[in-house]
Amino acid sequence: MMSAEPLLSLKNIKITFGGVRALKGVSFEVNPGEVHCLAGENGCGKSTLIKIITGVYKPEDGAEFYFDGQPITAMTPSMAQSLGIQVIWQDLALFGEMTVAENIGFQYAVSGKYGLVDKRAMEKAAEKALARLGVSLDLHLPLKELPIAQRQIVAIARALVGEARLVFMDEPTASLTQSETDYLIEIVRNLSASGVAVVFVSHRLAEVLEISDRMTVLRDGALVGVFPVEGMTQSRVTELMTGRNFDSAVIAADHDDQPVVLSVKNLSRANEFENISFDLRRGETLGVTGLLGAGRTELALTLFGMRKPHSGEIVLDGETVHFGSNREAIRAGVAYLSEDRLSLGLNQPQSIADNLVMASLDRILSGGLISPPKKENVVAHWISALGVKIGKPEDPIRTLSGGNQQRVAIAKWLAIGPKILILDAPTVGVDVGARAGIFEIVRKLAADGLSIILISDEPPEVYFNADRIIHMAEGRIKATYDPRQMSLTDLEGKVYA
Amino acid sequence: MSSLIQKFNKTFGADMAGPVIAFVVVMVIFGLGADNFLSLGTFGSVAFQLPELGLLTLAMLLPLLTGGINLSVTFTANLSGLAAASVLQAFGGVDASGGAFVIAVAAAVATGAAAGLMTGAAIAYTRAHPILVTLSMMIFLRGLGEFLTRGGDVSGFPSYMEPIGHGSIFGLPIPLLIFIVCVGIWQVLLTRSKLGFGLLMIGSNVEAGQYSGLNTRRIIMLVYTLSGVMCAVAGIIMLARFNSVRIGHGESYLLITVLAAFLGGINPFGGFGRVLPVFVALVVLQLLSSGLNLMGANQHLATALWGVLMIVVMAARTIVSSYFASRRKKI
Repeated sequence: MMSAEPLLSLKNIKITFGGVRALKGVSFEVNPGEVHCLAGENGCGKSTLIKIITGVYKPEDGAEFYFDGQPITAMTPSMAQSLGIQVIWQDLALFGEMTVAENIGFQYAVSGKYGLVDKRAMEKAAEKALARLGVSLDLHLPLKELPIAQRQIVAIARALVGEARLVFMDEPTASLTQSETDYLIEIVRNLSASGVAVVFVSHRLAEVLEISDRMTVLRDGALVGVFPVEGMTQSRVTELMTGRNFDSAVIAADHDDQPVVLSVKNLSRANEFENISFDLRRGETLGVTGLLGAGRTELALTLFGMRKPHSGEIVLDGETVHFGSNREAIRAGVAYLSEDRLSLGLNQPQSIADNLVMASLDRILSGGLISPPKKENVVAHWISALGVKIGKPEDPIRTLSGGNQQRVAIAKWLAIGPKILILDAPTVGVDVGARAGIFEIVRKLAADGLSIILISDEPPEVYFNADRIIHMAEGRIKATYDPRQMSLTDLEGKVYA
Repeated sequence: MSSLIQKFNKTFGADMAGPVIAFVVVMVIFGLGADNFLSLGTFGSVAFQLPELGLLTLAMLLPLLTGGINLSVTFTANLSGLAAASVLQAFGGVDASGGAFVIAVAAAVATGAAAGLMTGAAIAYTRAHPILVTLSMMIFLRGLGEFLTRGGDVSGFPSYMEPIGHGSIFGLPIPLLIFIVCVGIWQVLLTRSKLGFGLLMIGSNVEAGQYSGLNTRRIIMLVYTLSGVMCAVAGIIMLARFNSVRIGHGESYLLITVLAAFLGGINPFGGFGRVLPVFVALVVLQLLSSGLNLMGANQHLATALWGVLMIVVMAARTIVSSYFASRRKKI
């Protein structure tokens, strides 16, 4: 049963940064032992709110702040810690080289007698915290040898060492597979059953609906409302988060009258994928879905010339190709948008303009040298064609939002004049509202005759945006579907089976 | 005031601020402190001393911009000088013809390029850290050079070499002119060439460059090869200035080149930096040393002050950037 008194209660929280009102009088409540979801697009003020609760930022005057019924006038990070408020940030902030026990119990490591490390106390604390989660891990294993899901467990256990009563988890499932996510959800349930309140911050909607009791939705720094999760649908949550209504309809169409641009025949790479065959026609969008580890990215990198197939054939415009590197693939008109925009897809510290022309330098040369006016024209053209919102083209690309960064990444590939565009998880780290914009671009490109391979581990994305869907599992094509002949639930059932 | 700063940043680039402020400070302090500082003599001595350090700094610059370093610049320069000297000696030493000079220069450039290519290939293919690779190269070249020269000087060159080190055209020292031409070439290379674009890109993220189709190995090899060629130019100038070749010439310049590059606003992690601020930084360092010289201070003290200057500039940069960061704090 929920107690009448909320564990945490905030009212009228306002904060301004550099003239921008980041939170406009938000209230927020968490009950003891509850699993609560804090939902909203990037930049809506979720992280700012967490930082106010943990004492990193101070709210403006007029705020009311109660924890466990006690009024709190000036929260500080160390006070939050001693009250049992813990945050597990997305990057986990763990020490890769240190053992599981050291990571969980490191507070004990620095508080031993005579400034020495008390190893016994540390291991005991670690064991206790893990037992509370109902898991057992080898305490002496270096953290970097654990899979990500188990590292997450370590981060949760570390939060529990400090007698946590309220744990915030920031995008905890962003890098987990479905089964790992299920495992984490189980852990969160145990935690909640033992009386610890958990606030789940996520924009992956499916799991939010599965795990939470109630949800608080923020939009543009303002409270949209607090809703019971029961009876909530994904599209309703999206609508609440973005304030817009996205009607989805299947767009699949036949392209049989169009020429085949790419034909893949029995393509295999040991331990990655096997016997992959498909045709891709002009203007067609081929969806590729399946769980992480199904071999999708490996297949894409092979088509892009960054890996060599061990057997099979790639036929491009009727000619068999053997790419020695991705430079040859690019010259032949194959473009690959990486799933990892932060470290592979874009060069984050460099400028928007430089990122945009990075793959198409040959097109802006004049007398063998880069021509600044040509470069400016190309950049201006694509920025406006794809509706990228930027300050100056010279600004570092990391200053843009995920959606705008992705538009620049797409523009980078369109600038080479591709025949085939492979989009690998193009909406990772992109807000729900901005995702629709990305797919709008994808549809327009296909209508203009570009052939697209759309890889995604979210079945709805391929269902609503592809003409045909290939379902990959364990490196093989399990089945090919036509979205017009099945429901989304059917597809999800098959992918998650 | 802040609009003035913006205007400056727009015209010259924010990385120009450090060197220009240092330049003004040095000019004012020595202009007031040393009577004959603001004279043609001072500038003459700066103009003749600048090119050696300057050319070696240009050789250091490209590797630094890729996030690497080239610790073998001075020994590559002297070994290239030695190659030129050997050719000149083979063609009769002081009596060597003009044709011998052309061959000598070609031999020097080939030596520098070969050393650079070896370094670049080792870095590109083994993925070992440039510090380790170029340190090995530095020790190898020094050992080789000392073995070839028996640790001594090689001298006795034709008289037409003299103007390359000491001559002037229209009042401008020839070494300075050569240096300015090289600065110009580097400027074009970095701002307008595909190689320059690529080396800056891989300086901040090699993998993103690869995924965008940049030939990262080729870029790394070209960068170190060009670094070696620039060393060869420095080696020829040093040969002409000292009228001798010794493998240890200018050894103390090695770390000063790194200092000058950082003073010129080069990002120590690679990816960002321009030639012109580095040029101004070099001028500042030479002025500082010449000014102290005029005031009768010990030459070693000048070196010490270079270190102090660098620390002051870094501290000032941190203060200024944290000031601006706090003003445009974001959500």
